[in-house]
Amino acid sequence: MAIEVRIPTILRSYTGGAKVVEGAGDTLGDLLTDLDSRHSGLRARLVTEAGALHRFVNVYVNDEDVRFLGALDAKLSDGDSVTILPAVAGGAFGFAAAAIGDQKLAPTVEPDRRASAADR
Amino acid sequence: MLSIDRSIIDAIVAHARRDHPDEACGVIAGPVGSDTPTRHIPMDNAARSMTFYEFDSMEQLRVWREMDERDEEPVVIYHSHTATEAYPSRTDVSFAGEPGAHYLLVSTRDTDAEEIRSFRIVDGVVTEEPVRIVDGVVTEEPVRVVDAAVDPHAVQSYKFGQSPTAVDYECSGS
Repeated sequence: MAIEVRIPTILRSYTGGAKVVEGAGDTLGDLLTDLDSRHSGLRARLVTEAGALHRFVNVYVNDEDVRFLGALDAKLSDGDSVTILPAVAGGAFGFAAAAIGDQKLAPTVEPDRRASAADR
Repeated sequence: MLSIDRSIIDAIVAHARRDHPDEACGVIAGPVGSDTPTRHIPMDNAARSMTFYEFDSMEQLRVWREMDERDEEPVVIYHSHTATEAYPSRTDVSFAGEPGAHYLLVSTRDTDAEEIRSFRIVDGVVTEEPVRIVDGVVTEEPVRVVDAAVDPHAVQSYKFGQSPTAVDYECSGS
């Protein structure tokens, strides 16, 4: 009962560098919980505290974007292949980042204002 | 430092000018581990916006699989800013999910001048790097190397609020 999961470069620190890992679960949510039991911290990079899929990742079951399959409720079967990719997005202004708040795939570090002032 | 062929830069700039005033985006793939961008893949901006870009998730899956099959990786991820400088925004930094990639920004705000800058974005830290544009045309002359309009010493890391050029047009008042 194995589902193959392809891990992007930025999350391989959670899988000991492995590009492909295996897991089990009837839904994507179950699979991520199963993976997190062996690759601690991985789930938190993919799922928000509110329990939704992060805006910063794309997850696919076989050839479908899970956003069209019920997201974390997407049904999985033995032999399915799950692919995780970093969403590639951005743009000229910061409001989009503000709107999505703390949901970061690549966590930004808050600037140290005192250091900034000292530099000027 | 990013070394990139003149013909690829020309293709990126042409793509950005074509899609102006919307932001344009794409990938330059290259052999895994080579740090050499060789194959230009213009991507659709699914957001079709003047201030935001987003790869179409299905196109991205297709392109990322194709790179995998060819033993390639995204060496460069580029997009354009159409009214502001070629510098990563807070949004760009939040999304930057390819720590191995060069993030190339093109500004099309000036129709005459080419404004191209390259950055590494790792764990929220932006590091500008020089861009070396290489004329890859094979001739009997030695390969000509032209430095782009980038200060070759402009290699420094900083976080938001610490930009030495202090153009902080999106954070004021916050």
